Amino acid sequence: MKIRIKLYATLGKYLPKGAARNETEIEVADGASPADVIRGLGMPAELCHLVLVDGNYVAPSERDATPLKEGESLAIWPPVAGG
Amino acid sequence: MSWTKKILRVNLTEGTCAEEPLNMEWAEKYIGQRGLATKYLVEETDPKVDPLSPENKMIMATGPLTGTTAATGGRYSVITKGPLTGAIACSNSGGFFGAELKNAGWDMIILEGKSPKPVYLSIENDKAQLVDAGDLWGKSVWDTEDLIKEARGDSNIRVAAIGKAGENLALFAGIINDKDRAAGRSGVGAVMGSKNLKAVAVRGTLGVSVADPMKFLAAANAGKKVLAENAVTGEGLPTYGTQVLMNVINEVGALPSHNGGAVQFDGASKIGGEAMHEERATDGKKNLVSNHACFGCPISCGRVSQLDRTHFTVEGTDKYSEPSGGLEYEAAWALGAATDVDDLEALTYVNFLCNEEGMDPISLGSTIAAAMELYEAGKITDAETGGLALKFGSAEALVKAAQMTAAGEGIGKDIGLGSKRLCEKYGSPDASMSVKGQEFPAYDPRGIQGMGLTYATSNRGACHLRSYTVASEILGIPEKTDPLTTDGKAGLVKAFQDATAVYDSAGICIFTSFAWTLDDVTPQIDADLEGEWTSDRLLEAGERIWNLERQYNIAAGFTGKDDTLPKRILKDAAKTGPAEGKTSGLDVMLPEYYQLRGWNADGVPSSETLSRLGV
Ligand code: SF4
Repeated sequence: MKIRIKLYATLGKYLPKGAARNETEIEVADGASPADVIRGLGMPAELCHLVLVDGNYVAPSERDATPLKEGESLAIWPPVAGG
Repeated sequence: MSWTKKILRVNLTEGTCAEEPLNMEWAEKYIGQRGLATKYLVEETDPKVDPLSPENKMIMATGPLTGTTAATGGRYSVITKGPLTGAIACSNSGGFFGAELKNAGWDMIILEGKSPKPVYLSIENDKAQLVDAGDLWGKSVWDTEDLIKEARGDSNIRVAAIGKAGENLALFAGIINDKDRAAGRSGVGAVMGSKNLKAVAVRGTLGVSVADPMKFLAAANAGKKVLAENAVTGEGLPTYGTQVLMNVINEVGALPSHNGGAVQFDGASKIGGEAMHEERATDGKKNLVSNHACFGCPISCGRVSQLDRTHFTVEGTDKYSEPSGGLEYEAAWALGAATDVDDLEALTYVNFLCNEEGMDPISLGSTIAAAMELYEAGKITDAETGGLALKFGSAEALVKAAQMTAAGEGIGKDIGLGSKRLCEKYGSPDASMSVKGQEFPAYDPRGIQGMGLTYATSNRGACHLRSYTVASEILGIPEKTDPLTTDGKAGLVKAFQDATAVYDSAGICIFTSFAWTLDDVTPQIDADLEGEWTSDRLLEAGERIWNLERQYNIAAGFTGKDDTLPKRILKDAAKTGPAEGKTSGLDVMLPEYYQLRGWNADGVPSSETLSRLGV
């Protein structure tokens, strides 16, 4: 299935080729979890601080157990803040 | 101790500068800066005073850590009655000005009266005098700083000045120090303009001492280590600045767009922190040149940007050819997302203009967004705009409207009133995205529930810097809470408000709180000052300060009815994103908040609360 992957700030370097404005569509196995995608892209789990699926937060303990659905957006940030 | 125990009282009507002792009894109770200066304002002025009259006073105040080697210890605040809101105004700024003032031997400057002609205040250590500023009036902040340095033959002077917006009494005019750091909100620059005070120029070489130097050094170093090792303050903020939030807040569906008509903005990724790092198609250069630090700050979150010379705002001119203070998140949001403008260079240009002529970009952007709504609804017409098509998404309209506001010309005069007065004037009061007259910042209360309570109860009108619950609700600092629920938000807001009052009164930057808790701040204050300072004592002082500000506003005529949000936020549900279908649950949070505060059902602090806190 296809999902949208969005990687921001210092995680931008893990984006697959062809991504524009920090996002692109990728093919993942049916029912893949955010943790599966994070591993698949070679990203260190500890850098994936803020993990959102369609804008909703997925806590670290749920990242293995939340199957993604076709067309969903998975957006990830390292620890960031602003004001 | 770092207190010089000296106040500079400047009577602009009489043209006098006098030294007087700092009230140490008040300093013990109100810490410094925001808290202590509020106490002075409360004691010395009538809360019902017209903010732009000579009877209002304006205080520039440092905190106990200002000018010390504590990380970010360079802050000062401007405290006065705000003309935008009619409430207490307290605008905090970084840069170098605050530390210079402390190094000149002054804890605070109290400015009163009104000068018969334009003047600036010159301070060289203990020597203070008012100097004719006839030749500076009408000049920008930047030219004013350069001319003062040139006239006094000292490039090390630190200057806080107003630009044309402050002179023209635009109600959201700010005071800019070090050319790009701002005491920006609530119109403190208009108060300065109303006093015919163009600038304060300071040179200080006396040094700042602390009560226990060895203990202080250890405490300050421990604090710096925490900041360096924290992923946010050690890496995130230096690299991307506050602008990293643009895509985060858009993704969670809390980025107010189209003047609060939407909670997500399609152009967000074009105007955020990542876009500032991208090479431009036109000239192959990046908008972002470098980061930049305030006095004593290891975080260095400030942005320095350079405009694309082919962009319409500067093409064919040599205007803004040097890099300058770049977009921070709030400015990029207000000038961009709120107005639907996704042209990063245009936003950068207007941000430069805000620094150059002394305007608050949050209120400016939000008010232009309101004006765009009124224009598209036919309430503001070409007759008022002089033919300017004030349409959402138009970078040209944004730029022109900002220029007219800075100059106080045409529709810019109306925009300079702020969105509340503008929308009332044109018969659409609900189009103003403000609380107590101040425009709210870059977080939609429908998508981040705690921010609704934050805006509604902020003592200086809508503001994110009074209780930044975004840290918890979105970013997970210190721990993650659900942004879409009202549960627990009353307590969260109160805790943030009281702790923030401590940071704002201590002379340090609130951004340290992404890594520090009060237990990191306390040892620094304890070693800096005489007597014993504990986190409990500081937190109680924070609560005391909050209640003192509240009392000021009540005496100024505000009631619990003013603790509200724009109708749009309370009645119109978010149309997209995780908050789809949601409005703000303020009605649920507010009574609980009053109760936690020890206030009655009308939001008035009870006599028990006031006596417990010694207000
Ligand atoms: S964190 Fe940013 S705003 Fe705060 S003192 Fe440092 S550079 Fe200035």
